[in-house]
Amino acid sequence: MVQQYSWSRKLFVAFNYSILAIMSLVCLLPLLNVLAVSFSSAAAIEAGEVTLWPVDFTTRAYSFVASKSEFLTSMGISVQRVLLGVAVNMTLTILTAYPLSKEAAHLRFRTGYAWVFVFTMLFSGGLIPSYMIVRELGLIDSLWSLVLPGAVPVFNVILMLNFFRNLPKELAESAFIDGAGHWQTLWRIIVPLSMPSIATVTLFTIVGHWNEWFHGLIYMNDPVHYPLASYLQTIVVRLDMTQLNDPTALRFLSQLNDRSLRAAQIFLGMVPVLCVYPFLQRYFMSGIVLGSVKE
Amino acid sequence: MIRRNWKIELPLHLMLVPGLVVVLLFSYGPMAGVVIAFQNYIPVKGIFGSEWVGLEHFRYVYGLPETMTVLRNTITISSMKIVSGLLAPLVTALLLNEIGKRIFKRTVQTVIYMPHFLSWVIMAGILLDVLSPTTGIVNRFMEWLGLSKVFFLGNADWFPYVLVGTDTLKEFGFGTIVYLAAITGINPALYEAAVLDGANRWKQTLHVTLPGIVPIIVLLLTLSLGNVLNAGFDQVYNLYSPSVYSTGDILDTYVYRIGLGNGQYGVATAVGLFKSVISLVLISVSYFLAYRLANYRIF
Repeated sequence: MVQQYSWSRKLFVAFNYSILAIMSLVCLLPLLNVLAVSFSSAAAIEAGEVTLWPVDFTTRAYSFVASKSEFLTSMGISVQRVLLGVAVNMTLTILTAYPLSKEAAHLRFRTGYAWVFVFTMLFSGGLIPSYMIVRELGLIDSLWSLVLPGAVPVFNVILMLNFFRNLPKELAESAFIDGAGHWQTLWRIIVPLSMPSIATVTLFTIVGHWNEWFHGLIYMNDPVHYPLASYLQTIVVRLDMTQLNDPTALRFLSQLNDRSLRAAQIFLGMVPVLCVYPFLQRYFMSGIVLGSVKE
Repeated sequence: MIRRNWKIELPLHLMLVPGLVVVLLFSYGPMAGVVIAFQNYIPVKGIFGSEWVGLEHFRYVYGLPETMTVLRNTITISSMKIVSGLLAPLVTALLLNEIGKRIFKRTVQTVIYMPHFLSWVIMAGILLDVLSPTTGIVNRFMEWLGLSKVFFLGNADWFPYVLVGTDTLKEFGFGTIVYLAAITGINPALYEAAVLDGANRWKQTLHVTLPGIVPIIVLLLTLSLGNVLNAGFDQVYNLYSPSVYSTGDILDTYVYRIGLGNGQYGVATAVGLFKSVISLVLISVSYFLAYRLANYRIF
């Protein structure tokens, strides 16, 4: 369709494209800067030559990080945490959401159960008592301390139960007539039908566990058990350099700028998230509607 | 058709057991643990052996000068975040809605909502570098413009605004998607009618799009009321330093420092309990308002 635009409209369109382009650049440039620093030589960084493109390209920072056992160990712990955390979170989310998606006529105490879960979103005992419970249960320094306290993500449960509720009721009913119980209906009818939303909630859970750093910091007494996010917190934010005191590392470091070393670790820490997040956009469109609009 | 029958119903109750156990242990357990706010808690003696002190911790905290500072900082920072977190995505969504080129629109959307998925550790790592007073690109750019350098993260006057600015930068893309979804839901017939009445794009935005998304604006604003005492622990903890405590220290960081830092468990729990109770009231009010104003129900 060819339309005649007034000059003011054209001016607005030009302005609109530029302002949105600038917004995107503001989000992108800091990342590009950090990436450029991570691939630049120490001399170029110290001379202040690096802005958005690597100067005097080198991968030395990355080879140093790859040789650092702390970095690799913590990355391994993060991978374990994501696997365990996603398995536990998703199982409990589905198991909790399915009964709560039933009407009160089919499940005694449904409202009571629902409130037990929802109340945890309204009130919390706070940091210190939560820490004490984890300590009393002997979970300090164990991977379970990063998985169990948040094992039932109530917000996701609500998303899922709303999704389950919007599935055609006839499907579950005909399964019942064919003699299926609740377990069979859940695993063979409901879960396969909900795969799209289960997949998106899973991606979110992966990102959440990968990014979570605070529990790692407080529940792990020994830094050996830190997941990557907590390790990065101590290295990149608190600038803890005490771990770098063996002579070979020091010799290596003399040819390295600590900014490029930090930049390389920041970038490696966010690669998995950058790979996963573009797939989550569809979720918002459906997820936000799921969470807020009821018929 | 399906009658109330324990045998049929039992599996549903069993399915809830694991979730209930976890929640009872890790959510209700700590709620019971708040009793140490009223105790002179000593770890070796435990909850049952420690001496009861009534409201002493509350009186002590009330008397500390930094308590009021921390409370004021928390409310100032979170209020500014609520306002900018509402306006920035709203404006962006309206602008994006006027873009005709699908590829451009998709690209902008994908780029601006990326920071939402980065943790504050990563964001802080990036910000510490780009905002550095000596080597950061922001200060080098300002110098190039002829402006004087600013120590964004070390200057107490700047710090709250840096918090609000960087939080908005991180989250506005995510908020934009919410508004865009709401705009998509507006009945196209309304636009056709407006065009017939001679409305140009600007008038359409003003009289169709904006009124169409008022419900979601009201909803988000009411729900954000529950977050007035959440000024963003992850962000502040990773960006602040003692030189900006006067304007940047918030309730959550304060609890962390006096509790896990100094080991004053009772006092820290008292401050945390104060925050939880006020938050409970605020969240309840906000849910009630959201229900009355926007017919919003969480489940």
